[in-house]
Amino acid sequence: MRMLQVGRWLTAIGLVLLAGVYVRALSYTPVEQTQGLAQKIFYLHVPAAIWAETAMILVGLASVFYLFTKDPRLDRFAAASAEVGTIFCVIVLTTGPIWGKPIWGTWWTWDARLTFTLFLFLLYVGYLLLRGAVPDPAMRARYAAVLGICGMCEVPFIHLSVYMFPTLHPMPIVLQPGRPKLPGSMLTTWLLSLGVFTLLYVGFVVQRYALSYLREQLEAAGEVGHA
Amino acid sequence: MQSPKLLRHAWTVASKDLLVEFRSRTAILSAAVFVVLVLVVFNFGRDPTAVSNVDLAPSILWVTFTFAAILAMNRAFQLELENQALDGLLLAPIERSSIYLGKLIANLVFVAGVELIGVPLLALFFNVRVLPYLGPLLALIALATIGFVAVGTLFSAMTTRTRFAELLLPVLLLPFMIPPLSWAVLATGRLLAGRPLSEIVGWLNMLAVYDIVFVTLAVFLFPATVNE
Repeated sequence: MRMLQVGRWLTAIGLVLLAGVYVRALSYTPVEQTQGLAQKIFYLHVPAAIWAETAMILVGLASVFYLFTKDPRLDRFAAASAEVGTIFCVIVLTTGPIWGKPIWGTWWTWDARLTFTLFLFLLYVGYLLLRGAVPDPAMRARYAAVLGICGMCEVPFIHLSVYMFPTLHPMPIVLQPGRPKLPGSMLTTWLLSLGVFTLLYVGFVVQRYALSYLREQLEAAGEVGHA
Repeated sequence: MQSPKLLRHAWTVASKDLLVEFRSRTAILSAAVFVVLVLVVFNFGRDPTAVSNVDLAPSILWVTFTFAAILAMNRAFQLELENQALDGLLLAPIERSSIYLGKLIANLVFVAGVELIGVPLLALFFNVRVLPYLGPLLALIALATIGFVAVGTLFSAMTTRTRFAELLLPVLLLPFMIPPLSWAVLATGRLLAGRPLSEIVGWLNMLAVYDIVFVTLAVFLFPATVNE
């Protein structure tokens, strides 16, 4: 199927470019003064975090439109986006502690952003578990959409509740009002990495989407075969 | 959608559930015993010389309520599974939203009953002074409970018809319970420590916003969970 191949190609290009980003980050981007080499993880950590959160919002939006239109494509997209979001959450939750141990001296702290990402991860896991627990496809799509919308609406509340705790986490330095407080070469590397992660997100989602489409076709064919 | 009719139908659904519960009294009795047991377990799960009762009381209170509420909410739609009662309910010429509101009211009454048992027991077992702050404490408990019971009722409508319903509901619900729970724990701590009310108004406001958002959302989303 063509879509699956497109997805594979996008992912392959994304992975090659990711290696390129790391060559650039390690050899052609200056070492940060206070954090040293540990800061290099930032080029992986922040883009993954941005896409992990965006994926949840996209799941929510796709769910809203699914409930109105009952278009199975939206449901397939929501499922794909949730799976990719889960993976990106895992990337954030593993790279974070690796950076935290040398810089903060601890693997984990109940810091606002860490807690937030953990919540997001648990929301995703719940969403995927619910999808796995409902055998009927139409029912599964509706249930997942309800949970996806609730998840999207909960994101601001988690923000509110976790940002009331004092934080150790570095403040946003790229996405902030005014100019980014980042030297030009670091910013370029970071933007490249964000681009690569966007490509990876699209690549993964397209593959996953094509896969669930094929699976549905197979199930439909199986039912016809049995009848 | 006429609102007086909606509420009247909701009340009919709720009173049906409450009547079933009142006649049998098994669920509320089990939930009450469960609350007592969780409180007793807490007594053995802590070092009284290390942490003072007042410091630990908010956590004990809310962890107990969380588990009791989850147990209670699993029950709401389980009731309707027997003899396909849910189909009968859905065939009734009433708005789907009023079924949700009815279930929500019944769950709230049930959880409130459990909480009314929990608060005096907490005061008794852990020697916490509750009476001077009873009014604000009850308002706080009510606001926090409405929020998570609203989400829980919506989710239990979905999970009862899946595999591993008893396990899936807490897994889905706990991430949604934690924001109101964390505010409620912080506010309860301030209350029991005798801090002025002005310190908890912010949390009460946030709980109220959470309640309004999720009750509204659930009213609109519930029909999607039962449409066949």
